[in-house]
Amino acid sequence: MNDRIRVLDVSGLQTYAYGHRSLMWWGTLGMILIESTVFALAIGSYFYLRGLSVTWPPHGAPPVLTYGTINTGVLLLSAIPNQWTKHQAERENLRGTRIGLVICLVFGAIFLAIRGFEFGALQTSWNTSAYGSIVWALLLLHTIHLVTDFIDSAVLTVLMFTGPISGRRFVDVSENTLYWWFVVLSWLFIYATIYLAPRMPP
Amino acid sequence: MSTVQLQDKRALEAVWADPPGFMGWLKTVDHKRIARRYFVTALVFFALAGLLALVMRLQLARADNTLVGPDLYNQLFSLHGSAMMFLFAVPIMQAAGIFLVPLMVGTRNIAFARLNAFSYWIYLFGGLLIFVAFVLNIGPEAGWFAYVPLSGPQYSAGKRTDIWAQMITFTEAASLIVAIELVVTAFRLRAPGMLLRRIPLLVWSQVVTSFMVIFAMPAVMLASSFLISDRLVSTQFYNPAEGGDALLWQHLFWFFGHPEVYIIFIPALGMVSEIIATFAARPAFGYLALVLSLAVTGFFAFGLWVHHMFVTGLPPAGMSFFTAASLVISIPTGVQIFCWIATLATGGAIRFTTPLMFVVGFFFIFIIGGLTGVMLASVSLDSQVHDSYFVVAHFHYVLIGGAVFPLFGGFYYWFPKLTGKRLSERAGKWNFWLFFIGFNLTFFPMHILGLEGMTRRVYTYGADTGWTPLNLLATIGSAIIAVSVIVFVVNVILSLRRGAPAGANPWNGTTLEWGTSSPPPSYGFADLIYVGSRQPLKITPLAYVTGLPTRMRTSLATTLADARPDHITPDPNPSIWPLVTALAVTVLFIGSIFTPWALIWGSVPVTIALIGWFWPTEKQARDLQACEVKPEEGRAPRLVEIGP
Repeated sequence: MNDRIRVLDVSGLQTYAYGHRSLMWWGTLGMILIESTVFALAIGSYFYLRGLSVTWPPHGAPPVLTYGTINTGVLLLSAIPNQWTKHQAERENLRGTRIGLVICLVFGAIFLAIRGFEFGALQTSWNTSAYGSIVWALLLLHTIHLVTDFIDSAVLTVLMFTGPISGRRFVDVSENTLYWWFVVLSWLFIYATIYLAPRMPP
Repeated sequence: MSTVQLQDKRALEAVWADPPGFMGWLKTVDHKRIARRYFVTALVFFALAGLLALVMRLQLARADNTLVGPDLYNQLFSLHGSAMMFLFAVPIMQAAGIFLVPLMVGTRNIAFARLNAFSYWIYLFGGLLIFVAFVLNIGPEAGWFAYVPLSGPQYSAGKRTDIWAQMITFTEAASLIVAIELVVTAFRLRAPGMLLRRIPLLVWSQVVTSFMVIFAMPAVMLASSFLISDRLVSTQFYNPAEGGDALLWQHLFWFFGHPEVYIIFIPALGMVSEIIATFAARPAFGYLALVLSLAVTGFFAFGLWVHHMFVTGLPPAGMSFFTAASLVISIPTGVQIFCWIATLATGGAIRFTTPLMFVVGFFFIFIIGGLTGVMLASVSLDSQVHDSYFVVAHFHYVLIGGAVFPLFGGFYYWFPKLTGKRLSERAGKWNFWLFFIGFNLTFFPMHILGLEGMTRRVYTYGADTGWTPLNLLATIGSAIIAVSVIVFVVNVILSLRRGAPAGANPWNGTTLEWGTSSPPPSYGFADLIYVGSRQPLKITPLAYVTGLPTRMRTSLATTLADARPDHITPDPNPSIWPLVTALAVTVLFIGSIFTPWALIWGSVPVTIALIGWFWPTEKQARDLQACEVKPEEGRAPRLVEIGP
């Protein structure tokens, strides 16, 4: 009989990891799955309601393209500093990460400001028709994501300046950029729905 | 000679124990304590919703009864259904996951433990909201599925439906959070060696359920947000006069509502598999078939929703698809039932304990419910019995038979682990037989009543219908169920006071939760157990994992597919912020019932609370720095032998 026990000693193991190895990455992915489902169902509702209407929009003109299109450009452009910040964070370059986060925040602020004009350019109100309701809902849903991500990034930026800095903080930055990608990519679908779908023949 | 030591339990207790007293109770992030809270709260809601049902049964016990009027009756059935689904069934199944999944995968705490605490608080506040509303005579009145236009601004004046819609937001947010925690725990915190093919069936069932929650719950949140905005800020989503559509509600609701049934049912299947394997003293027959059946059921469950809408005049081609899907879904369930029969038939000496009796009761009742389900999948039959008591009978057979019976079995089975005490077997058998007989007396006659034309949700019926004897029988049955629940409660209380100590492994279980003491210590396992087979505790001597830092709370993150040690991950300390955040969210949600501006001003305290939540404390930062090993400095795990 062998009384000795076999033991796996993990004492030297690293205490954080980037990308899909991090638990928070999976948590963020779960959030993204949930939010994507919400967006998909809201877009589905849009087309469901469109199918019930002879004309679309039912009355009035489709949303003015200007601000929405400018914003799409800004958002796509923001992917560059976003990806650069991720790279800096994963190299654990504090200076680069700080600069990157600030640039991303500036992009977020510009985007939010233009978003204000977008609501004005929808050419419909939420209470005039089901069309107005669903357009407002889509834009509002996406704006909530923008605002929460903006606040979240702002807090993270402050923490990167005040410290304490640990390796895990860089992981947080890296994952913050993952969520931004979701905000960017989901917008493309919502942009197409709000701005392009009413211009397509049914 | 080796320098490796097994982990120091005192050091572990020092970092994992909650602060003492009331503050510790408020701040805890221990999955075991939070699960216990969920169990107690969900069972209280179960009892309250059951009392509502008793009042309904008393009202229906004789023709032309005047015990309750139509308005109160509307609130009774609406709150009964809503509470049973949103405040009892889903939360208690997830609570089982919160308690069991970390223990069964052999880790210290659930992933995102602070979110777990937060989820409990918002669930509790959502439940309190709707029950307080009921007491104030503003309970829900449009049924648990709140069809528009009945629930719309025109026909449901006042705040009743708004409160219902916000209760949905509370509970579904809680449920979504728990789903993410459970998936990440099962994917990334499994003990080393627990390959995908060694994951316990209960854990698989919770994973499948969690994915269903992730894809189903957003639908009802979106639907109820549309509803509340139709009611509060005059959006037109469901108003046909302005291009909206009442059926949009039904589509969104049942896209959630049908998977919901399986969200309740699939965790129960996991419990059944574990209980059968233990009492047949063999691993479950057909492991792969069982896991695939769970996944397939979860998948098909999303293709059934229209079978709730057969009488709404949808195109026949679409209806045929949903009929076919509704028939197909019985196949994976059938596969599982045959696997369980095979397990029982080929096992060792079967021990007929209370948990197993509840499982056998489940077979009997659930199969009847499944058969009426296949009948209802046919459009022609469904059109005849739609909205009748036949449907009420069917879904109570499925839900109580499919979920509540296994749940009670599971409760008897894991109660020793949860509390360290055993429940009385004798009282357990009384509990079972009273429940089984009472259940069938209550709900079997409803099949006949439904076929005779008695519709759901009528507060009374005329004597000339001849429905009195069967209704009286159902009422007698419901009283017997009530007695059975009282037996259960008394059994729990007495066993807690003076039950026999359970010991670590009272049933000779072979999964990891039985490898730690009962109740488990705050840190779950002193040394994580290496998983060498599907029945890890059967391997002797057991191999362990050691070397996790004890200066702070840490867990071992392993890889998704083959559970190799990947990195050490810190675990959150107790914190008051989840409760503070939940209170802030509650102000926002309840405020938004009265004014849409609550979404703006209410988000300020929520933001502040969240910043407080994430702001690192000094001690945390010091501990993190002291324990930090950068990726490039990390050392691979070593296999060593220690001992005399």
